[in-house]
Amino acid sequence: MTFDVIRMLWIRQLKRYVRSRARIVGSLGQPLLFLVALGFGFGPVFRRAGQGNYIQFLAPGVICMTILFTAIFSGIELIWDRQFGFLKETLVAPVSRLTIMVGRTLGGATVALIQGLIVSVACLLVGFRPGLAAIPIAFVVMALVALMFTALGTAIASVMEDFQGFQLVMNFVVMPTFFLSGALFPLTNVPRALQVIASVDPLSYGVDGLRSMLTGVSHFGVGTDFAVLAALTAAFLLSGSYLFSRIQL
Amino acid sequence: MADESIIQVDKLLKRYGDLVAVDGISFTVRSGEIFAFLGPNGAGKTTTIKMLTTLLKPTSGSIAIDGLDPTRDSIGVRRRFGIVFQDPSLDNELTALENLELHASLYAIPRAKRHDRIEQLLRLFELWERRDSLVKEFSGGMKRRLEIARGLLHTPKILFLDEPTLGLDPQTRNQLWTVVGKLNEQERVTVFLTTHYMDEAERVAKRIAIIDRGRIVAEGSAEALKEQTSTTTLEDAFLALTGTTIREEAAGSMDRMRSMARMWGRR
Repeated sequence: MTFDVIRMLWIRQLKRYVRSRARIVGSLGQPLLFLVALGFGFGPVFRRAGQGNYIQFLAPGVICMTILFTAIFSGIELIWDRQFGFLKETLVAPVSRLTIMVGRTLGGATVALIQGLIVSVACLLVGFRPGLAAIPIAFVVMALVALMFTALGTAIASVMEDFQGFQLVMNFVVMPTFFLSGALFPLTNVPRALQVIASVDPLSYGVDGLRSMLTGVSHFGVGTDFAVLAALTAAFLLSGSYLFSRIQL
Repeated sequence: MADESIIQVDKLLKRYGDLVAVDGISFTVRSGEIFAFLGPNGAGKTTTIKMLTTLLKPTSGSIAIDGLDPTRDSIGVRRRFGIVFQDPSLDNELTALENLELHASLYAIPRAKRHDRIEQLLRLFELWERRDSLVKEFSGGMKRRLEIARGLLHTPKILFLDEPTLGLDPQTRNQLWTVVGKLNEQERVTVFLTTHYMDEAERVAKRIAIIDRGRIVAEGSAEALKEQTSTTTLEDAFLALTGTTIREEAAGSMDRMRSMARMWGRR
């Protein structure tokens, strides 16, 4: 029966996603803008600096950015659900909090993954040419990134009272996570301080893992990428579950 | 009589820092009765309901729901009640049917029975024709009816209704109480309700408890309360017992969210 509940909560998130076409289109605008404006804008400079094709470099970063934003958002949606919606219904049901958290997180992560796949197709359309051999493993990296940040979003939402802290989270968690991750620039020759910061940014390992799977270029090494992603995903899921279980209405 | 009690509350106390929200209240609700819990804003009604329904841990005192302690056997207690919250708790992006199917899954209603029970309740609340419409397209009254139908889906022993008629027109309120009365008779479900409308309480409730500043100040039938205060209406009795000063409630995050919800029109 626990499995049935997880499945139903998962389906719920997917239905909500499919039904909100405005949200789908809206949330694809930003990554596409990054891809086109930065990709073609910085392309010539990047090439002249001897780094090759910028679209090729940027695409995995933009895919990860899409997953990051969607995942954090689905986690944070919990705040709305918590006070004015459906969460109360689930919290008085004879089901453990862990079951509810797992269902929600899997649903949110699946939505983030789908958005990531849509942007991947868009990347192909503007000229991204990935190696095909490692695509299944690239998919695993994307799934890990989606799970990790949905769990993080849930953890943050569990301790936030209302939306007043939302801007704070955007500006001091989500944006830095994206901009300092090496999604937009190679980490090899940047100042030491930036390198250190990037190395404690969870997204760096997602971007690097995906980039090495799709284009064969890696900064940290694939083994490190996977180890860090798996460990952090587990850690965020655990802390998210713990904080979620402590929610009082 | 004792074995007929379904809710038993003894010296229940909830403290938030210096503030005592519920101050050592004791009362009993008998199986199958409709019990109204009345009080001014901030009197401790919702806090009490939250403690009875496992959402909040009491500071001290004891609760027995059908013999079970909500702090120790929360899952067992949750199987025994249905609840309609003060604020809507439906998923607006799902259809009426999908909301009920999800509820059936959460309460582990056997698959074979799900469909019949859902149809029975949707028909009873005159929502069957609209089962495939998204809840966000429903009027306030329809949403309330759907929430009550959902609260009853798993045939609970107790139904908690926390200000269920807030913001509804007289027609909808009338219909709602008629159906609740009918279900109380047919399924012997015990109803525990709070409301600000004294006429409703007088009409449906067999027994009424009046709570003020965290304490129960009077308890009995509407008649008994009127007699006790030498008044002719329950409203006057209520005012005689709780005074005429308007209660100030500190605006918590809940109220901010509520006004936001109104602004964004997502009710």
